[in-house]
Amino acid sequence: MKKKSRLSVYKQHWPLYLMMLPGLLYLLINNYIPMGGIVIAFKKLNFAKGIFASPWCGLDNFKFLFQSKDAWIITRNTLLYNVAFIAVNMIVGIAVAILICEVRNNKMKKLYQSAILLPFLMSMVILSYIVYALLSSENGLINNTILSALGKEPVQWYQQPKYWPFILVFANCWKGVGYGCLIYIASIIGIDPSYYEAASLDGATKWQQITKITLPSLVPTIITLLLLNIGRIFYSDFGLFYQVPMNSGVLFPTTNVIDTYVYRALIERGNISMSSAAGVYQSIVGFAIVMLSNWVVRKVDKEQALF
Amino acid sequence: MKNSAKEKRYQFFINIILILMTLVIILPFVLVFISSVTDENTLIRNGYSFFPEKLSLYAYQYIIKQGEKILRAYGITIFVTVVGTILNISLSALMAYPLTIKTLPHRRALTFFVFFTMLFNGGLVPTYLMYVNYLHIKNTIFALLLPNLLLSANNVLMIRSYFITSIPDALFEAAKIDGAGHMKIFTSVVLPLGKPILVTMGLFSGLAYWNDWTNGLYYLSGNQGQKLFGIQNLLNQMITDIQYLASGKVVGNIGAEVAKLPTTSIRMAIAFIAMLPLFIVYPFLQKYFSEGITLGAVKG
Repeated sequence: MKKKSRLSVYKQHWPLYLMMLPGLLYLLINNYIPMGGIVIAFKKLNFAKGIFASPWCGLDNFKFLFQSKDAWIITRNTLLYNVAFIAVNMIVGIAVAILICEVRNNKMKKLYQSAILLPFLMSMVILSYIVYALLSSENGLINNTILSALGKEPVQWYQQPKYWPFILVFANCWKGVGYGCLIYIASIIGIDPSYYEAASLDGATKWQQITKITLPSLVPTIITLLLLNIGRIFYSDFGLFYQVPMNSGVLFPTTNVIDTYVYRALIERGNISMSSAAGVYQSIVGFAIVMLSNWVVRKVDKEQALF
Repeated sequence: MKNSAKEKRYQFFINIILILMTLVIILPFVLVFISSVTDENTLIRNGYSFFPEKLSLYAYQYIIKQGEKILRAYGITIFVTVVGTILNISLSALMAYPLTIKTLPHRRALTFFVFFTMLFNGGLVPTYLMYVNYLHIKNTIFALLLPNLLLSANNVLMIRSYFITSIPDALFEAAKIDGAGHMKIFTSVVLPLGKPILVTMGLFSGLAYWNDWTNGLYYLSGNQGQKLFGIQNLLNQMITDIQYLASGKVVGNIGAEVAKLPTTSIRMAIAFIAMLPLFIVYPFLQKYFSEGITLGAVKG
């Protein structure tokens, strides 16, 4: 009796499973099979034998990876850049959001809101073209126009690692700040206007209204975005670190991150053991950080938790 | 109102800051455009500039007359964007609807199957080896369509929650009483009412396809691969070639190698036409972009 009824439930729902089938198959292929592929990092890969028949080598690949000084550099760069990106984009994003919300002229307000999202729509290749137009040593705008007008010597930007932390933080802010900014604007619009009315009746200055009403009201949004970003702290935008510095080898000390290391080891050097070890290192630590940050979100505000 | 002079000064001040910010955002795009219409010799002599000595439309004439490679790349990008977006949005909607049906057996497990892909991934190496060695997509059009961009768990889950919150249950009940099956309900109730979210998510998918160059970088190579280059990969390749020449690793006749490269103004013209469609559609679709972003912040 029970079995029959369950069968009839399936019968009733079979079109739904059919609808999901293409998507499920895609996730299986694009996401789940590669997850199983992390075993490659624990093997001494031999293509003649195939992935499954290749001999195991335990943690050897990881030992090699962590003995090289690259492991430290890419971990440090990935983490420090992400911390800088999160901090700069948050501060600039909130500041710009507050300013835009203060504007009375609706046309200007719309213009600013449109402008700030524009770079978000462009590809990293376009960003690299823009950066190159500014920084190219022979005909870049900065060397040819700005530095020469100031009577300074031209700088070989693509040869000097020390400038890149600033260039990349600025480029990332230029491209990405609009995203967070729109979210902050949406939360500021959601604040009950009667708070501001009451505050200005009591003679509060603009600055007091911002620090006492706007910023505290933004705290939940800030925490959510912060924790979402912290969950991604072990990943970086491959394009920003590969394309914008033009894959320039001299710059690797300050531009190499885990994602670019994995790519270069795999495609440019064909070193599957190192690149898969670095990839698995990223997947596992990244996963642990996502779980941890979600656990923290749940403690703070269950509604905002990812799961 | 009493402090109207003070308020005016305040408005003036914040507008100045925001106008400066807008310039920092817009001027780089202007620079790309001006460089594309600058005379090549002026560019070589004075570098990139907002006020070039001599203008020239040579780059655009070149693209129209002899830019078969460029127009072909443009065509491929358009094709991949259109086909990819249609597939993405169809798969996402088909996947999202069943996950809203409370009576569906294993609904929770299936939702988790989708969701887990957001938490953990195998990384580039296994993905690359699988696509290249087992699915043989290298140097085929599938290389641009399939990896990573075809379906994202995030889109599916956002569409699902929109279906749940924005389509009234009563409509489903009414359709069921009328004897409509799941397929019928999907096509005549869910799709029409879910249009706003499908447009928004489709837009982000289209943007991702238009801007993608990593799939081309990973999976297209050699002469055969170059034939499939989209506009972003073409731009990427040109700048890589320039870096290669500048590195001094070139053997043989550098002059001949340089002559084969598109000139600076042509490169900037290609970059400009790669951005142009985004500039054109942006004013009309800005609302959807903003909604998509603020929606995403509410739930991962």
